Amino acid sequence: MVGSKSSFSWLKFIVLAIVLILFIVPFVLLLINSFKDNNAITSNPLSLPHHFSFSNYKTAFDEMGYLSAFMNTFIITTVSVLLISLCAAMTAHYFVRNNTKFNQITFLLMVASMIIPFQAIMIPLVKIYGSLGMLDSKWSLIYMYVGFGSSLAVFIYHGFVKSIPVELEEAAMIDGATRTQTFFRVVFPVLMPTTATISILNVLWIWNDFLLPSLILVNPEQHTLPLSTYSFYGTYTVDYGPLMAGLVLTILPIIIVYLFAQKYIIQGVMQGSIK
Amino acid sequence: MITEKGVWNRLRSRLLFTGPTLFAFLTVMIVPFFYGIYLTFTNWDGISTTHTLVGFKNYGAVFKDTEFWKSFGLTLKYVLFTVILINVIAFLLAYVLTKGLKGQSFFRAGFFLPNLVGGIVLGFIWQFIFNNVVVYLGQKAAIPLLSASWLSDPDKAFWSLVIVTVWQYAGYMMVIYVAGLMGVPNDILEAASIDGANGWTKMRKMILPLMVPSFIVCIFLSLQRGFMVYDVNVALTQGGPFKSTELVSMHVYEKAFLARDYGLGQAEAFVLFLLVAGITLLQVYFSKKMEVDA
Repeated sequence: MVGSKSSFSWLKFIVLAIVLILFIVPFVLLLINSFKDNNAITSNPLSLPHHFSFSNYKTAFDEMGYLSAFMNTFIITTVSVLLISLCAAMTAHYFVRNNTKFNQITFLLMVASMIIPFQAIMIPLVKIYGSLGMLDSKWSLIYMYVGFGSSLAVFIYHGFVKSIPVELEEAAMIDGATRTQTFFRVVFPVLMPTTATISILNVLWIWNDFLLPSLILVNPEQHTLPLSTYSFYGTYTVDYGPLMAGLVLTILPIIIVYLFAQKYIIQGVMQGSIK
Repeated sequence: MITEKGVWNRLRSRLLFTGPTLFAFLTVMIVPFFYGIYLTFTNWDGISTTHTLVGFKNYGAVFKDTEFWKSFGLTLKYVLFTVILINVIAFLLAYVLTKGLKGQSFFRAGFFLPNLVGGIVLGFIWQFIFNNVVVYLGQKAAIPLLSASWLSDPDKAFWSLVIVTVWQYAGYMMVIYVAGLMGVPNDILEAASIDGANGWTKMRKMILPLMVPSFIVCIFLSLQRGFMVYDVNVALTQGGPFKSTELVSMHVYEKAFLARDYGLGQAEAFVLFLLVAGITLLQVYFSKKMEVDA
């Protein structure tokens, strides 16, 4: 009985391992082929590289404008994520502590807006911000991320602020702290785990986003990593080597972060889904 | 309830705490949304500074645009298959990976991997896999089904899109199901075992009913992502061959930004919004009715 049970769990382990390999194999093939030349790739995409040459990487790095795209993506993601968390935490806190009819309705409006697909907004968005001359700037894009990202963030914060005892804040205010001081010294630190969850969800979204930046950032100098990957792919479809290297370069930063923060990222997704 | 003394102080903290968020929310979501509804009644071409009101003409054109309905039908079929496959696979993975198996957090991390990478990159990786790797294997092993690229056949290109989407999101939904399964109380399962319930009975009578909230979240998320997919579509098939895999989001994009028919494009986007909102609200409404307490 015991024996059959353990062999059953071995079977499960092997099946899982095979499924996992199927999941991972596209990335492995990408990595292998990024070191090969075009001929070797097309004649046998499964063969290992004969010698390690980084020439594909050098070509991709230069042609993609990797450094500038990386910096743009980094700035846009970091600033947007920080702003969304800060703005949304303050708003959610205000809504919970001043539970007026007006605030309730505003909150409901934000929650309801989450059902609007981006496609229903993109055309008027481009028209409005185009006529204001605000396209082609990473700061406009960051502003839009705050607008699009705040609903979900306010919604998640709202649930957690409710669980903070109001006595904590009242005590601080009796000691003479203003509402702003109370928020930054008492409430925001307590909300840190929630902030981590929201930031992780937003990093995964903004770092990889394509459609919105492709509408806003026209000038190649402003391009983010997904945009420069896209245009690099469009001009390089004949030569697979640099293409593969370019794709590896694009996913490398986030994989490195994942190696160190894997536990927190998965926890963040778990927390974010439990409303 | 926290309130400051004096109207001015109250207004100042309201502006400080809610001003930036609400201003961005209103100007980025709400104003464009209503302005978009207005645009559906105009003939704006994207360039000229003037446009005239044309009444319901655009909506009439939406109903006559057979390509829109073709791509909408295709999107429905795509959503149906991806939602079912993503959730079945994700649930099975989550179920096996909450049994205390050796290395289960390693497995979870591995299955989650595709979600770190954007749709554009995933689409390009799989384009390479379908065009080169699969064809190479098919020719070596003499399997006719795999010897020509799936992406050049309208029907198989659709299934390629489904495969990539399922691969992309199964790990994400698995994480949500794992969270749900860890919340199923162990004592009631043990009590059921003592009462003689077998694995399948426990699954059907206890685990599945208790997991309804997780199913609501995952089905909602996969429905929404399915209807809105754009980047994987663009990178993997470019809507081809012969527009056979052009999903509705890509169709709206092309109508507006490439064919420069903004009024019609926006009308189609708005029809899409109504249909998607209807379907997701119905889903949440009906599945909320199935919720039970442990």
